[in-house]
Amino acid sequence: MYDIDKYVQAADVDDAVRALTADPKAVIISGGSDVLIKIREGKLAGCSLVSIHGIRELDGVKMEEDGTVVIGPCTVFSHITNNEIVRKHIPILGDAVDQAGGPQLRNIGTIGGNVCNGVTSADSASSLLTLNAVLKLCGPSGSRLVPLEEFYAGPGRTVREHDEVLTEIRITKDNYEGFGGHYIKYGKRQAMEIATLGCAVQVKLGEEKNTVEDLRLAYGVAAPTPIRCRRTEETVKGMPLTPKLADMLAEGALKEVMPRSSWRASREFRLQLVEELARRALAQAVCNAGGEIHA
Amino acid sequence: MAVGDKMKRVDAYEKVTCGAKYTSDLAPQGTLIAKVVRSTIANGLVKSFDLAEALKVPGVVKIVTCFDVPDICFPTSGHPWSVEEAHQDVADRKLLNRRVRIYGDDIAAVVAEDEVAAAKAARLIRVEYEEYEPVITVEQAMAEGAPAIHEEKPDNVLAHSSFKVGSGEFSKAAEEPGLCVLDTYYDTQTVQHCHIEVPVSFAYMEHDKIVVVSSTQIPHIVRRVTGQALGVPWGKVRVIKPYIGGGFGNKQEVLFEPLNAFLTTQVGGRPVKLELTREETLACTRVRHAIRFHIQAAVRKDGRLVARKFTAWSNQGGYASHGHAIVANAANMFKQLYQDEKVLESEAYTVYTNIASGGAMRGYGIPQSDFATECMIDDLAAMIGMDPLEFRLKNCMQEGYEDPHTHVVFLSYGLKQCMEKGRDAIRWEEKRRAYENQTGPVRRGVGMAIFCYKTGVYPISLETASCRMILNQDGSIQVQMGATEIGQGADTVFTQMAAQSTGITEDRIYIQTVQDTDVTPFDTGAYASRQTYVSGKALKKTGTLLKERILSYASYLLNMSAQVLDIENNLVVEAESRKPLLSMEELATEAFYSLDQAVHITAEVSNQCKENTFSSGACFAEIEVDIPLGKIRVLNIINVHDSGTLINPKLAEAQVHGGMSMGLGYALSEQLLYDKSGRPLNDNLLDYKLPTAMDTPDLHVDFVEIADPTGPFGNKALGEPPAIPVAPAIRNALLHATGVAVNSLPLEPQKLVEHFKKAGLI
Repeated sequence: MYDIDKYVQAADVDDAVRALTADPKAVIISGGSDVLIKIREGKLAGCSLVSIHGIRELDGVKMEEDGTVVIGPCTVFSHITNNEIVRKHIPILGDAVDQAGGPQLRNIGTIGGNVCNGVTSADSASSLLTLNAVLKLCGPSGSRLVPLEEFYAGPGRTVREHDEVLTEIRITKDNYEGFGGHYIKYGKRQAMEIATLGCAVQVKLGEEKNTVEDLRLAYGVAAPTPIRCRRTEETVKGMPLTPKLADMLAEGALKEVMPRSSWRASREFRLQLVEELARRALAQAVCNAGGEIHA
Repeated sequence: MAVGDKMKRVDAYEKVTCGAKYTSDLAPQGTLIAKVVRSTIANGLVKSFDLAEALKVPGVVKIVTCFDVPDICFPTSGHPWSVEEAHQDVADRKLLNRRVRIYGDDIAAVVAEDEVAAAKAARLIRVEYEEYEPVITVEQAMAEGAPAIHEEKPDNVLAHSSFKVGSGEFSKAAEEPGLCVLDTYYDTQTVQHCHIEVPVSFAYMEHDKIVVVSSTQIPHIVRRVTGQALGVPWGKVRVIKPYIGGGFGNKQEVLFEPLNAFLTTQVGGRPVKLELTREETLACTRVRHAIRFHIQAAVRKDGRLVARKFTAWSNQGGYASHGHAIVANAANMFKQLYQDEKVLESEAYTVYTNIASGGAMRGYGIPQSDFATECMIDDLAAMIGMDPLEFRLKNCMQEGYEDPHTHVVFLSYGLKQCMEKGRDAIRWEEKRRAYENQTGPVRRGVGMAIFCYKTGVYPISLETASCRMILNQDGSIQVQMGATEIGQGADTVFTQMAAQSTGITEDRIYIQTVQDTDVTPFDTGAYASRQTYVSGKALKKTGTLLKERILSYASYLLNMSAQVLDIENNLVVEAESRKPLLSMEELATEAFYSLDQAVHITAEVSNQCKENTFSSGACFAEIEVDIPLGKIRVLNIINVHDSGTLINPKLAEAQVHGGMSMGLGYALSEQLLYDKSGRPLNDNLLDYKLPTAMDTPDLHVDFVEIADPTGPFGNKALGEPPAIPVAPAIRNALLHATGVAVNSLPLEPQKLVEHFKKAGLI
């Protein structure tokens, strides 16, 4: 039994926005894998819910004419992993969300919920950051587009207003075409795990497949929010695929991250992972992009 | 042949088709829900409650606080009661406690119409405390000026014991020229059982009798403790144990049944259910004691152990529970597994702190002790450059070993054979050599550990067990055991034993899985590794007696001497020729309805177990260490057990799988953590790292079957042993792989990275 005060099932996005406007304390629920836990723990006990579960327009992955991949926020993790468009164009994201929780969670947890939670450990976040994902938010006065990197406002906080609903996660063609990517989730277990650190690398190689044309490096749990290492990315662009590249990437990342010590893991341990995972994610991403780092 | 068959579990069908009913399934409609209100400090005193807001919550029926319960302290551990006051368990808690000793202590309880109302009211109760400084570690608790957690133990030492084997002193013996001396600390962590079904009970009144239905390993002990806690005659309490979803020792403790019994008396006898959450189970039930070991050992260069000194401090937590028995057991195994040429000095302390109370958990102090003992062995072997297997063979307990204090003798000795089988399975010599000189970030190693385990508790206490068999009209029998099925397969092996001892086939044996203290014969329950051994003896005697009575009736019917008759496959046969004479069905019908001599043939025997014996075994593990990430991957692992004759090889194998899985969690990831105030940090299954199926390698199992002369069917302990040797085997494999000795559990990544950095590997 859950302690829920009111429950509104929204028929569509407008309906959800109206319900949220009407109840300033209502919480959006989709899959429920975070919200129901918080209700059970007492943190959200007695809350009112606005459900966007089952709204057709928010579910599924499609491609627009210009090649932009549009992910509906109510798409559950397992559907993203098994989606043809995702598998073909942005496999890094399908792999990343396939590492969340266990099979049951992946059949109910949605990517929109993962993003809107705003937590630094979200399994989709690092990969979406390297894909320069843009979020479409719909509110009472219309919609707006927010780059994911600007979406986070602090630990567990985002710029989404109470009465805004995330309706699309957009990834344009220039952000995936020609890239090879890899995400590593570091957890203490192989499943049912929250990331101790997450690291995503997307790399586009030069024509000869022996230099870096473009590279994106993002982390989860390396700072209060998921982050990109923009300065490091700039320094490695154009570099040949040598061990020096891995050193530059790992050492640069160390200067940009701000992990904290908690009982879950110390700052020192997380820094060790920041460095090591950058190297390993890079090696695999380069391989996925059709290259190889030569010793 | 019934014993030794790979018989399918008698409860398999019911369990996979949801036919098996567990406690929660049985609570009647309209059962009230109870919720325990828990302290938000770890050490202090409740001064007052403000219940006003909580009482306003619709659906709240009753709130009782620590000021409303009987002023009776009672013990909670599931030991047999002792009629000698000096040996009785420590009675150090009430139904609800005003004196708070752990974070989450039971200070009040809400009874409501449903879960939501109960939880809401519990959240709204305001509590005023007087706070004392919380004490988390043994060091803090034993420090000068530490607050006394129990006023009758001002130094927080619940108990202290010591013994010596041999003569002289360690310090003198260690002075012998040319010895290598190890002097180090090994630490084990606090872990929890994590049985699938959380503690749950419901209680109601029938006239003036209190009935408690509970997920417990020990129904008869629950009856006694509930009577003690409420101050009511024990016969007024009836405890019913349906199917249960695991216990591992946590339900060898009377946790919440007395409170539940009290609550029903407060609401006019209406049924009240008290089901813990997983979080409460992790934080507020029982845990495996964290034990710190100081080990000193002196060895000659030829590998002979000369002398050792063992000092251990066991973190008891807030309440005595099973108390000093655990670390005393740990000290005993340290003594038994290896013998010193000159002297062993041993000293053990059990110390109150403000963390969760240590209780019984599979292995009862031996997994901790085995970690210290077997790390020590590899560290000593490394000091003198000897192969650890050779070192063990040279120093370990030998056939016929007799404990100098308890005089328990190792009768059916399979320890060395276990080592040989394990060695061959893991290809010890080859791998030890292959992984000798490795470089690079990923390295491999093989390690091993052995153990011994005494099967019962005799002569420390006398265990009784009872069995009743009843002949039915169709020649089938009912078997009633006081011992409980808790998922380990007891009902199945009891059925096999009953078939073996009566000649009646398993399909005509109906074992009663539900224990009901008003009906079931007395047995202290399912715990330790006692069921097939201790309760099996009662069953064998009962079966033998029933068979005698059946044959005596057959003798009357057939007009033949009972001496020349036997029972086989549900037929009375002529013993010599095996010629069938009479079916059990014919015999039973006649016995029930005879116009001349009608009798109900039954048998009931209580057995006193005045014997004991050792089990033993070994674990061999091959691992791969990813040094920069601090990760250990188990590539190959095998447990080999010397557990006497196997009653059911398939169930035995499953028992070992479960224990190895528990051992892997103990080795690599599990640990309950507390902050400075004593608040548990990871009391949930996300942050408490129980291994998942994805983390678990293939588990290999082998046995050395040597019939034990004291076992009812040649059998001896197997329930707990599988969990014992895994952690030290993995730790020793890590030592082999990297040369880094990690002396505390778990071997989790951050700790490993810190060690690797210190050793210059990163």
